[in-house]
Amino acid sequence: MIKVIEISEIAPNVHECTVEARDIATRVKPGQFIIIIPDEYCERTPITVSDWDPAAGTITFIFLSIGSSTERLTELKPGDEIYSLTGPLGKSFDMEKFGTVALVGGCYGIGGIYPAARALKELGNKVVCYSEARSNFLLYWDKKLEETSDEVKYATTDASKGYKGHSHDQLKTDLESGIRYDRVIAVGCTFMMYRISQVTRPYKLKTIVSMNPIMIDGTGMCGACRIEVDGTTKFACVDGPHFDGHLVDWNIILARRKAYLEEEIVSLERKNYGEGHSH
Amino acid sequence: MAKVSPTKIPMREQPAEERVRNYEEVPFGYSPKEAILEGERCLMCKKPKCIAGCPVEIDIPGFIQFIVDNDFRGGIRRIKEKNILPAVCGRVCPQEEQCEKVCILGVKKEPVAIGRLERFLADWERDQGESELPKKPKQTGKKIVVVGAGPAGITAAADLVRLGHKVDMFEALHEPGGVLVYGIPEFRLPKSIVFREINFLERLGVKIYKDHVIGMIRSIAELRQEYDAIFLGTGAGLPWFLQVPGENLNGVYSANEYLTRANLMKAYLFPKYKTPIVRGKCVVTVGGGNVAMDCARTALRLGAEKSIILYRRSRQEMPARDEEIHHAEEEGVIFKLLSTPAAFHGDERNWLKEVEAIRMKLGEPDDSGRRRPVPIPDANYRMPIDVAVIAIGNSPNPLIPNTTPEIEVGKWGNIQTDLETGKTSIPGVFAGGDVATGAATVILAMGAGKIAARSIHEYVMDTIP
Repeated sequence: MIKVIEISEIAPNVHECTVEARDIATRVKPGQFIIIIPDEYCERTPITVSDWDPAAGTITFIFLSIGSSTERLTELKPGDEIYSLTGPLGKSFDMEKFGTVALVGGCYGIGGIYPAARALKELGNKVVCYSEARSNFLLYWDKKLEETSDEVKYATTDASKGYKGHSHDQLKTDLESGIRYDRVIAVGCTFMMYRISQVTRPYKLKTIVSMNPIMIDGTGMCGACRIEVDGTTKFACVDGPHFDGHLVDWNIILARRKAYLEEEIVSLERKNYGEGHSH
Repeated sequence: MAKVSPTKIPMREQPAEERVRNYEEVPFGYSPKEAILEGERCLMCKKPKCIAGCPVEIDIPGFIQFIVDNDFRGGIRRIKEKNILPAVCGRVCPQEEQCEKVCILGVKKEPVAIGRLERFLADWERDQGESELPKKPKQTGKKIVVVGAGPAGITAAADLVRLGHKVDMFEALHEPGGVLVYGIPEFRLPKSIVFREINFLERLGVKIYKDHVIGMIRSIAELRQEYDAIFLGTGAGLPWFLQVPGENLNGVYSANEYLTRANLMKAYLFPKYKTPIVRGKCVVTVGGGNVAMDCARTALRLGAEKSIILYRRSRQEMPARDEEIHHAEEEGVIFKLLSTPAAFHGDERNWLKEVEAIRMKLGEPDDSGRRRPVPIPDANYRMPIDVAVIAIGNSPNPLIPNTTPEIEVGKWGNIQTDLETGKTSIPGVFAGGDVATGAATVILAMGAGKIAARSIHEYVMDTIP
């Protein structure tokens, strides 16, 4: 059984959770994910691993409470056992010396880029992180990112910290002003990754995006996470989750993400208004 | 002896109009009296053909004799000498293609209902309480690891532990059972039966580690360091799609996804269980196998007003068992034969709205010996639907081949094995079931598990000091 060591809300609706998972902690690589089921009734939920400590045998992940299963996850306390946790899953980012790499993170993706920043830096790259949120109080892990990378650029839509606007506008401005990157990696909401890919396309700047489609088993069996890349069907759980953002068919992805919105509302309402299961 | 009845003693079942509204099992099974009556139909051939017709070689006349003698305990013991999963096999084996196909009685009359009798003994044993354990074998000191807790792996593990080896089992999902829990629906194979069989395996001494994806958390190379031999039964992999326009619309599922949501994740109990499934009013399932029947019947139980099967050939070529087709028809599944989708059409929100189908006619036989479907030009038609399920098969699971470059893989991504022994290209590594052969049946996977267990036993006893 996997035990919760620490769990806290580090920004409004952004939760950081550390669990004891020795086997995963010694094997996980940047960009890989786990699948969690908080209790018997919940969905299998894929979540990116954001940090790990092989010596302590722990892994850390960041998640947003966006549905009834992730909400249930927020109710866990240190010492609780998690019903099911599987990983590491998926492929890691390609890690080598590229030169200068821009890492763009938004929402859970700020945590998502952190291990990539650390590993790329160790490989001798110059690492520039773009961390974005609507406002400065929604940013997190600033210090961790600053300690591992050469530069961290912030973007907030209300201008409370760093650039006013979105990171894709910030990256666009930077590219237009002559800043050059050898590779871009974006982790975050689908729309952000889509916009980043649009910005880098004219520069033929290789851009890796970390897809987060709906998954069920996550082990190459069910086919729920299929996406179109360069005209062929790929499965994010085993072929990805990282793909070339210039080759991904974004229309299909943006539509498929919303498939279960109505059911999610039913599930949440039921939980919040009485009929919910007891625990 | 009284004159032998020309037909099988019928098995009582839930009426179709009732059962489409629940998830309970459809047939009730034989009573002891019915079982004895059916058992008496067996000719007790001196040279029975049925045993060779069974992939796991159960002593069929032997266990039937026990039934006739009213010694049900003796009967179940006889079955379990060869088959650890009688409650499962009695329900889902295609007996009409195997033991019952070669039954001598079947030459002039209906064959003995071997599957129903097997199921009867297994259910009888369940009703007696905890099943009895065989005597603990002498321990060999050899350690064997089984990857994948589906039918192939369960069978291999059971045989190996009973030969005195220490057996560990790794399962990727949060429940062991493989296709028995994620694929085959509750109304055809109740999960309580599967869990009971798995529990039996654990009581035999097999240690099961859930949530362990081999290839990711441990490599095959690492397992080879730790164990004397490895059996890979990692099962089915990514689903095949038709490759027609609109297949990525919301509302189009693979059979694997549809059934996994409904069965493993219990979406039929939504919102108590939180995994959702789209409950269409009109559901089209594409394909003609057992999996397609499972999907079409699941759709009815999820509240579909119309559940339609589109199959590109005719009824005669359908690979599903007659019993499954029959049950589907009784429940009101509509069969549109000689039809296949040309495209799916959606609305502005990317939701499935319509299927466009091509009409087919049958041409010359193809490589499979079945007549090849040929499209009829200008005969496309459209149907408004809200869910489509693609049940046309799947490739073997890719995780072990992807993470084990040294293992030899066939054209379809299947792990290459010697069918006689289950040996792969890596010494000490054996494989069987869907990951080796591509999608097949539960009993064939179990047969492969049995064959591999035999050669693993030889391998560890002969070559490992």
